[in-house]
Amino acid sequence: MTSLWSQLEPLLPRVQKPARYIGSEDGAHAKAPDDALVNWCFVYPDTYEVGLPNQGLQILYGIVNERSDGSADRAYAPWVDLEALMREHKIPLFSVEHHTPGHEFDLLGFNLSAELTYTNLLNCIDLAGVPIHQSQRADTDALIVVGGHCTYNPEPLADFVDLVVLGDGEEVVGEITEAIAAERARSGLRHPPRDDLIRKLAAIEGVYAPSMYEVVYDGLETVSVTPTDSAAPELVEKRTVADLADWPYPRAQLVPVTEVVHDRLNVEVFRGCTRGCRFCQAGMITRPVRERPAEQVRSMVSSGLARTGYDEVSLTSLSTADFSDISSVVSTLMNDSESQGGTPVSISLPSLRVDAFGVGIAAELQRGKRSGLTFAPEAGTWRMRQVINKLISEQDLYDAVEAAFSQGWQRVKLYFLIGLPSETDEDLQGIADMARQCAEIGRRHTKRASITVSVGGFVPKPFTPFQWFGQNTMDELKRKVYLLRDATRRTRGVTMKWHDPKATVVEGLVSRGDRRLGAVIEQVWRNGGTFQEWSDQFNMDLWVDAVTDAGMDFDHMVYRHRTEDELLPWDHISAGLHKDFLWQEWRDALAEVGLPDCRWTPCYDCGACTGYGIEHVVASAEPPAGGSQGTVLVQLGETRVAAP
Amino acid sequence: MTSIRIRFSKEGKVRFVSHRDVARLFERAIRKLRFPVAYSEGFSPRPKVSFGLALSVGHESDAEYLDVRLDGPVDLEVLPAQMTAALPVGITVHGVEPLDAGAPSLQQAVVCCDWQIEVIGLSAAELTSVVSDVIAAPEVQIERERKGKSTVADVRPAILHLEVVGPTDDGVQLAATLATDLVSLRPNELVGLLSPDLVEGRVRRTHQWMIVDGARCEPIPGLSTGPLLERAS
Repeated sequence: MTSLWSQLEPLLPRVQKPARYIGSEDGAHAKAPDDALVNWCFVYPDTYEVGLPNQGLQILYGIVNERSDGSADRAYAPWVDLEALMREHKIPLFSVEHHTPGHEFDLLGFNLSAELTYTNLLNCIDLAGVPIHQSQRADTDALIVVGGHCTYNPEPLADFVDLVVLGDGEEVVGEITEAIAAERARSGLRHPPRDDLIRKLAAIEGVYAPSMYEVVYDGLETVSVTPTDSAAPELVEKRTVADLADWPYPRAQLVPVTEVVHDRLNVEVFRGCTRGCRFCQAGMITRPVRERPAEQVRSMVSSGLARTGYDEVSLTSLSTADFSDISSVVSTLMNDSESQGGTPVSISLPSLRVDAFGVGIAAELQRGKRSGLTFAPEAGTWRMRQVINKLISEQDLYDAVEAAFSQGWQRVKLYFLIGLPSETDEDLQGIADMARQCAEIGRRHTKRASITVSVGGFVPKPFTPFQWFGQNTMDELKRKVYLLRDATRRTRGVTMKWHDPKATVVEGLVSRGDRRLGAVIEQVWRNGGTFQEWSDQFNMDLWVDAVTDAGMDFDHMVYRHRTEDELLPWDHISAGLHKDFLWQEWRDALAEVGLPDCRWTPCYDCGACTGYGIEHVVASAEPPAGGSQGTVLVQLGETRVAAP
Repeated sequence: MTSIRIRFSKEGKVRFVSHRDVARLFERAIRKLRFPVAYSEGFSPRPKVSFGLALSVGHESDAEYLDVRLDGPVDLEVLPAQMTAALPVGITVHGVEPLDAGAPSLQQAVVCCDWQIEVIGLSAAELTSVVSDVIAAPEVQIERERKGKSTVADVRPAILHLEVVGPTDDGVQLAATLATDLVSLRPNELVGLLSPDLVEGRVRRTHQWMIVDGARCEPIPGLSTGPLLERAS
């Protein structure tokens, strides 16, 4: 295999942050791509700083490199300055370990965590020297595989990807590797015929090959999606790892030589969430809840800290305070870190509930300066929170804020969504009232009390009860932002920040688009629209022009309420959730009826457990202490909540 | 409470790692090795580690230093090998010495550095003439931007030594000794003032010097022979 290092090296003094192109991480595998192996390159289609910490890719990277039949490298999107130089000097996308050209790998496996990275996906495929259209690839071209939360509606990428992996990748990545090795052995060819190979891989549960399906449209509507080959299932089911205890990965978390986001040890304590927040795609598609045994958490933390030299560990999940007996787990970890002596270690829980209990844990953990705490009440009125099933009372929030300020924090950040179903201006006023109340609570403790209201526009996502909801228009979102800005402007101690409604609307377009949206994504990319999730690179005009040129419109694709009987572009994909459960949830939302967490109440048969013959793995069947409903999140430090 | 001074080299791929990131690498290495490092007091305790003069991103060095304050004993014999193993390929610890109480900091003590500077754009003959002009000049003015304000400085006193060594694969090698105290000059500024046609190639700091009892000496002497390491990349 070729190394591009000698060509790349002279260019690096000319670009920003060259350390992101040199690999050299602690934990990186030395195993090089080899003709005798199935060679993966896992790609995160954003910058190194954003992509390196991605735990999903690190898990798969570790699993493949432990296999005798596979190898794995990693690559990230080069920033625009290096990309220009790479194109000028004809240097393809490269892996950071061995600087191997992208086109020399057998598979490029992309993580898709955000819809606005799709143009970067095309850019990376193109930079790798692989034709961007699936139909134009030769047997020797790398297979383009995608996974991650966005792939629950893979249709906008159907023209560009060979395979989509749905759900947990731990088992599938090995099965794909094995199947390729077997097909090579059977055919006696290093590169078996591409169609045969894809056909074989599409037989693996959880693998979707878009090219093996025909979609029929009537005008703007989707009429049918049908397999064109007997190897392709009519309904493609996601994969679910039954027990996280079997997968203590990443075994050797990568420690980069340059600073990245979330620069700390991360230990996943559970996967899945059944709080049932209706706007939250992550909570819906990752069910059921699977906790890692507390003893394994403890050993992963202590061995991880010893190996990496990090002084911070984050216990990750969608709602870490819900981990069974979290208090004793946390105090065990604190004792471990103290008994190791000398170096102080801090433990952070990126998502804790909003209540005094949550703040209590935060106080126990945050030994350092108590600068800021983040809470996510999501909506400003009880009515609205019933609609979204985030059943936290105002008193819960005020108790949490009281606890935070009384225990030394001075800044509290509140996350809210606007543009939620059935939202009225009264609900928005509720956000402003809450913020004012929180600032008043804070001032009783410190003159420097500050409340930051952070507002994001709601984007309806597939496989949530809100998948039928017509998203607020850009103008409506803008109006709401200005209304809130005016309502909070004169409130002492309150500042407001908001996400650009233009980007929100484009995210909505891509989230629920069908195959024909591929032409839009391609045009935006061809016109230079990369790094669209970066506000300084986002270009709304490119999207508007591309939508118009494709004969589509935002009204139909984004702003329209969808109907019960219409075929959704992702209906041939299954996240395990029954469609009638989601529809019932949608009706209940509009009726302002909440739904309790099924970990601690009887099963309401959403489908995620029953369909796959699996169940929740929780150490305690008792709901955690504290909090009335306890569905609101708390965040330590300045970590951002991923926009739902 | 004792302090130690560590000498290390930085070369190959990791030369693209910034000064600040190198500091973080050492902090993690110290924690991995569980060295008994002293920590600052207060809400956010930091290990008491201080680095010398920053090395620009992309430059290599045989002579980088850091001082570490300890609150327990450390086996100095095995420290270089242990620490090198805990650092990325390309950063190698070569020496460690106990530091006298009250010794001046690296930033205060170091007065000049030796550099190997590869320049691309002029022939060896052209450079030789440019270099002798600079050496003969009573004054060499350069313009500097600081906080948006441009100032003119005479940097001739900072050029303590400058000579053309000979051709490299891509350009010409210069050897220079540049002052870091009072009037200072950085390698990229030197390249710029020699000729606008020159581009900087590989740059390597080979020594840092301080003055003790009127004599030049290194904070920790390097190895006497040859380059310290093969290039790591």
